Amino acid sequence: MTILVIQILNSFFYAAVLFLIAAGLSLIYGVMRIVNLAHGALYALGAYVSAWIVGSAVGHAVEGNLGLAGMLLLLPLGAIAIAAVGALIEPTLLRPLYRRPEEYHLLVTFGLLMILEDVMKFVFGRTPLSAGAIMDRMGSIPVGRLMYPTYNLFVVAVGLAAAIGLWAFIYRTKFGVILRATSQDRRMAAALGINVSRVYVQAFAIGCFMAGLGGAVVVPAQAAVLGLGIEVLILAFVVVVIGGLGSLQGALVGALIVSFVRTAGIQFFPEIELAVLYLIAAAVLLVRPTGLFGRA
Amino acid sequence: MAIAATGTSSWRITIVSAIILVILAILPQIVDPYQTVLLTYGLIMAIAALGFNLLLGYTGLLSFGHSAYFGTGAYAVAFIARDLGAHSMELYIVGGMLGTLVVAAIFGFVCVRHTRIFFGILTLALSQVLWSLAFKFFWVTGGTDGIRVPYTNLTLVGGLVDFKGAGSFQRFIYAYYYYVLVLFSISTAILWVITHSPFGKALQAIRDNETRARFVGISVRRYRWIAFMISGIFTGLAGILWVPLNGLTTPDILYWPFSGEIVFMTVLGGFRSFTGPIVGAIAFNYLKTYAIASTEYWQLLLGVVLVILVMALPAGIVGTIARLAAKLRRRTK
Repeated sequence: MTILVIQILNSFFYAAVLFLIAAGLSLIYGVMRIVNLAHGALYALGAYVSAWIVGSAVGHAVEGNLGLAGMLLLLPLGAIAIAAVGALIEPTLLRPLYRRPEEYHLLVTFGLLMILEDVMKFVFGRTPLSAGAIMDRMGSIPVGRLMYPTYNLFVVAVGLAAAIGLWAFIYRTKFGVILRATSQDRRMAAALGINVSRVYVQAFAIGCFMAGLGGAVVVPAQAAVLGLGIEVLILAFVVVVIGGLGSLQGALVGALIVSFVRTAGIQFFPEIELAVLYLIAAAVLLVRPTGLFGRA
Repeated sequence: MAIAATGTSSWRITIVSAIILVILAILPQIVDPYQTVLLTYGLIMAIAALGFNLLLGYTGLLSFGHSAYFGTGAYAVAFIARDLGAHSMELYIVGGMLGTLVVAAIFGFVCVRHTRIFFGILTLALSQVLWSLAFKFFWVTGGTDGIRVPYTNLTLVGGLVDFKGAGSFQRFIYAYYYYVLVLFSISTAILWVITHSPFGKALQAIRDNETRARFVGISVRRYRWIAFMISGIFTGLAGILWVPLNGLTTPDILYWPFSGEIVFMTVLGGFRSFTGPIVGAIAFNYLKTYAIASTEYWQLLLGVVLVILVMALPAGIVGTIARLAAKLRRRTK
């Protein structure tokens, strides 16, 4: 029974991280119709930057003065850094390509992925980087007869807050209205006086922020290593394909499905755990290409 | 070089390709063995890219999962060599191509139900099914260690050529180069005929305007499926030829970044022309080899090349040269 509870908690933890990544991917596709192959690499970069900040001299100073709360506040800096990277990438690399066929979008983001992978290798080296200090200081809570890290529950809370925040942002603010209008009809939005270029930069930066946040919250629990983003990208794809490209609810439900199937898979059928996920994605694409929540 | 196969220019094509073939045949006698090995890899990847381009360039479908067919061919060879104990290259080719055909037929049947981005994601997802199986079933596939297929046991041309005894590596390099060259020529010829046949024209019609193609009476989905299978088989052949040269097959060739490399080399050469993928594959192979040899950060270098290519030279090497040549010709007139 205790094991079951812990597996469920693990699934929620994993779903929170996957949701952050997939929501960014989905948002970018929904607004600008770009499938960003570099999204996983941006997630990995977020993990590296956050771990590096926490482990740096600044991190130690903050830890000394403010303790755990201060360190937690340092984590989102990684996400903000990734948002800044995104705000640089969109106008330089993506904007010239909107009129071109989508093959070129895939290619340029694939090139970006290769570049980012090596930039991480160059800047952070080959040794894994972690912010485990945060996880240690948060301690653990008893679940039945076992102990469960409190930090994992914190990540679930962050995921939940991000989901609610993003929903409120998109459906309850003026910027959200502009964002949705631009995603539905770019030309009409431009004709109504919306600065579409600026909306695109902002949307891409928000998407990158979500990827970076995913990396930032995962790095205290799991070290940042090279190749981290390549693996996670395909899982994020599976999430958005199941949920529907461009749909926020879809990303949430998809992340829950993927992480619960994965946890069950690791427990009961470890050899085909990944294969099952990819097959689910393929099956959903066949039966309902727009996903569970997508629109055509 | 989007040359139409009209009566006058088909002679020119025959002559030009004959000259190129003679040059390729003489080359190993001039350059050192290392270059011969590189060129062999280049020709093998050229077969893969040519097959891939039947889908991208001629049918208008971007597959991000062609690693699946390359890998199926490679693993089929490895299984035949290890589990059946066979060493005949011809047997590898037949077995590997049959294996690839089965996988491509199943995957293609599923994938051609969609186009554009959904097609790309579907091919990607299915190829990763194979990758995860090769990765996880280590007692069958050797996991990340892969399966070794040593060249010393290999026999070519029905057992007439083998590589036992002293100096066998040298002999293998040369013999294998010519073996690959012959298969490369045959594959190129077959694909040339296919792309210039009524079937190939129908594919291009589908690429340019699906609705009209359907009105003309072309059964779009079936044509796409057949193109998918042909494309997969040729990429599979490349995987088959690649294994003995590499001596080892690992899950890396099933992983999705390898599919990206196949797309990369095709675009590098230019996917709007028949010869583009050949030039692109050979150029990419040299580029990657020298990038790896000269810097630890070779991915960065390749990434920058790819980004510049997409931004500045979307027509690729062949397309750009063709345009420059056309400009020059106009100026001299």
